[in-house]
Amino acid sequence: MEKIIDKSRFFFEHYGLTEHDLERYLAAALSAGGDYADLYFEYLSSTSLMVDESMVKSASQGISAGCGVRVVSGERTGYAYTDDLSSDRILHAARTAALIASAPAKAKVAGFQKSQARSLYPVTLPSVDAEISAKVELVMRADKAARAYDPRIKEVRASYGDELRNILVVASDGTFAEDSQPLARMNVSCIAKTDGNSARGSSGGGGRVALDFFFGEKTPEYFAKESARQAILQLDAREAPAGEMEVVLGPGWPGVLLHEAVGHGLEADFNRKKTSAFAGLVGKRVASEKCTVVDNGTMPWRRGSLNVDDEGNSTQETVLIENGILKGYLSDKLSARLMGMANTGNGRRESYEHIPMPRMTNTYMLAGEDNPEDIIRSVKHGVYAVNFGGGQVDITNGKFVFSASEAYMIEDGQITAPINGATLIGNGPDVLTRVSMVGSDLKLDEGVGTCGKDGQAVPVGVGIPTLKIDRLTVGGTARKDPGGFMQ
Amino acid sequence: MIINSMSSTDLETPSPKLETNLREVAQDIVARAMKGGATAAECVVREGDEFSTLVRLGQVETLKESGSRSIGVRVFFGQRAASTYSSDFSRQGLDRMLKSALELAKITSEDPYGGIPPADQLGQLQGNLDLYHDDVYSLPGADRIDYARRAEKAALDFDARIKNSEGGSFDAATGHKVLANSHGFVGDFSRSYCSVAAVPIAQNDDGAMQRDYWYSVARTLKKLDPPEKVGKVAAERTIRRLGAKKVKTARVPIVFDPMVSTSILEHIFEGINGDSVYRGASFLAGKLGQKIAGDNVNVVDDGTIPGGFGTSPFDGEGIATRRTVVIENGVLKSYLLNTYTAKKLGLQTTANAARGLAGTPGIGPGNYFLQPGSRSPKELIAGIKEGLYVTEFLGQGVNLVTGDYSRGASGLWISGGELTYPVEEITVAGNLKDLFFNISEIANDLEFRGSVAAPTVRIDGLTVGGE
Repeated sequence: MEKIIDKSRFFFEHYGLTEHDLERYLAAALSAGGDYADLYFEYLSSTSLMVDESMVKSASQGISAGCGVRVVSGERTGYAYTDDLSSDRILHAARTAALIASAPAKAKVAGFQKSQARSLYPVTLPSVDAEISAKVELVMRADKAARAYDPRIKEVRASYGDELRNILVVASDGTFAEDSQPLARMNVSCIAKTDGNSARGSSGGGGRVALDFFFGEKTPEYFAKESARQAILQLDAREAPAGEMEVVLGPGWPGVLLHEAVGHGLEADFNRKKTSAFAGLVGKRVASEKCTVVDNGTMPWRRGSLNVDDEGNSTQETVLIENGILKGYLSDKLSARLMGMANTGNGRRESYEHIPMPRMTNTYMLAGEDNPEDIIRSVKHGVYAVNFGGGQVDITNGKFVFSASEAYMIEDGQITAPINGATLIGNGPDVLTRVSMVGSDLKLDEGVGTCGKDGQAVPVGVGIPTLKIDRLTVGGTARKDPGGFMQ
Repeated sequence: MIINSMSSTDLETPSPKLETNLREVAQDIVARAMKGGATAAECVVREGDEFSTLVRLGQVETLKESGSRSIGVRVFFGQRAASTYSSDFSRQGLDRMLKSALELAKITSEDPYGGIPPADQLGQLQGNLDLYHDDVYSLPGADRIDYARRAEKAALDFDARIKNSEGGSFDAATGHKVLANSHGFVGDFSRSYCSVAAVPIAQNDDGAMQRDYWYSVARTLKKLDPPEKVGKVAAERTIRRLGAKKVKTARVPIVFDPMVSTSILEHIFEGINGDSVYRGASFLAGKLGQKIAGDNVNVVDDGTIPGGFGTSPFDGEGIATRRTVVIENGVLKSYLLNTYTAKKLGLQTTANAARGLAGTPGIGPGNYFLQPGSRSPKELIAGIKEGLYVTEFLGQGVNLVTGDYSRGASGLWISGGELTYPVEEITVAGNLKDLFFNISEIANDLEFRGSVAAPTVRIDGLTVGGE
């Protein structure tokens, strides 16, 4: 099996591309007078495995390759793609995308500046090329460990998936960037059953890592036990409360709060169009002074990290909120140019079939000074939520939700009973103003997040330290207190 | 924009148009798999074209036009299976795909229930199912843009408070699907689709913004609503959200707008599809023949309705689609199954196999709907003193294992039998085990806007979480 270790030259070696070809394609893209054009070549290979009922029921591998051509003229974007990387098909796509503009052709494109790439995920053997037997071992071990955790664990599904995405981005502004992006992930889901009672649990993780990650740092047993633990715990869950109350979020994955409540609202496209509830709030207070929130695409091995974004720019660490004050937005080339702001390297796309747009990478809140135990102790009556499913946001009115899958009541400063899954709902521009305590225990998620926007899915990371929010609406079914209004 | 954020779903690669005979390509792959030692094989080929245009504030913002295709193969060695896929149709690309599939099948487990369907079950509906109209591409480029522009303009002109917009759009797409297997089945069909949509943004004097949307979708341009109508409805739906507020936590009757009542059907689907049932991953598992909903609840899945959004001549495994009564007078009459899950449960498939490019076939609905009642939505609302009319849900918040149900919501408050002020930042919660029995009224406004459809419904016993 051929190994693709040297990330540079991939398309040149495999498809016989030359720099002259690239110039020719860009010239075709600008043949009707566009201001800017880029080409995004992608070659994606992937593997997935699933064990169910202790059998490897499904195994698949696949390859998808193509080239997307974008032409920008003013605020207009033309886009076309091809899954056939022959010259005539790429030229056809380029001429189709060119039609967005209607003027004489611009000057010829000549020469590229190769970007000095970082190496945030230097794997020597991408997991997609690793022995399949080792991957089978991972899912079988996960199955075994989950079942061994407790006899009440009756159903286990363990899956493993990895991919290697080779990309080449070239543009009429001289951009020339190549990257080879590995991504791997395991997931274990369990169902626990007793007489008349069932519950589920789920856990997983990974990143831009090689296969050895799952044999060392985070083993199948680690994810299996966590999944089984959640399912067993939920067997005894009681009704969740309904209404506004104090909420403490545990560290790590509950950072999905930031992703929904503020992250999306700070993507530059929405602010350029003034369709975000955050439009015009730069320099204003949007969070308590204990809150500093960043988006950082440069963390080694992380699921949301990238050496270069999908427009060929280096990723960076961008401060979104500093001590409660809104500092800026996440931008791509188009929004940076139209808004006259710096490009933060957040232009991302799902594949060559998609137009890039501003997206998050790894979004988290910096650690504060509060002891996590003191945070719990400070709550008289509230909810402690430590695991979540997903979330969603309406960026125009700012309302967001995220759904807790593992949560507990806090009564008089003590964590008491586990409660049923419940959705939490709030308003993005003011929820962080109610953050009264920030823990010292910043943690990032295990590497499971996939973010969807305008039909495009991209891998992301989130994180928070333990946080206390003084008032948030919890969507349970139980009366908040005996005097509550219930019809 | 509503952002369906943070989940953990896997994706599929969609598919262009080539005049090569893809039926032959698929049959050839199957034959070569068998020659390579497979005991059974199945090949799927998908190709598609798409065109989309977005106009914002009267100006073209994006134009996209392209096509692609992809191929997938599933092979069996006895009861071991594996699948591979590729977007590379070159001889070399196809060889590589096939070789990997044959290799990969060595590492999977013997599954006594695995396999393609028996030959005598294979087949397809005959006659014209009215799924493909090439008129979706007949509009000249300028007219397509004009459709999008007209939809947005109608919204912007509707009310002075519509001050911004995420745009008007016109999209068209066609898809062609081929399936062949080693029992000699080969079938193919094409489907077309066009839609026009508008997403206006309204703003109050205090600066608070609201967004909503409306769209029309059809298999032919002839059946598409005029863009002006789409824009106007979008504007009405947006304007009525202005000034929304929270309400107090309460337990009140809740009316689901048809745009959200389909979600109830989706939960039922999730609970009664064979995959959830054989694993016991649903509280509805094992309830066949039992009451799972009130007497007034009748649910049907029908993959045979001409022109339907969920219609196809055969399912993802090459079995002719059919009509299945899922719930009759509240009694669960049938699960929805593919070959594998039917075998696991000792039942017959309902021809609901959904075949992606890779992996084992899943289960998907045909035209799946809740039978309408006789009263109008207005009459239904008139019977409620205090209640909530939900127009949009946020988030997932549904657990089919336990039935726990908790979702973010927005809509309008019902007072004295009428819709009054808009509400937002609230939750709706309960348990699906009770919810299906508490569908106390079903209105008469059933309309298919996709493969899943439901009329306006009233549901009692849910908790509204607010202040």
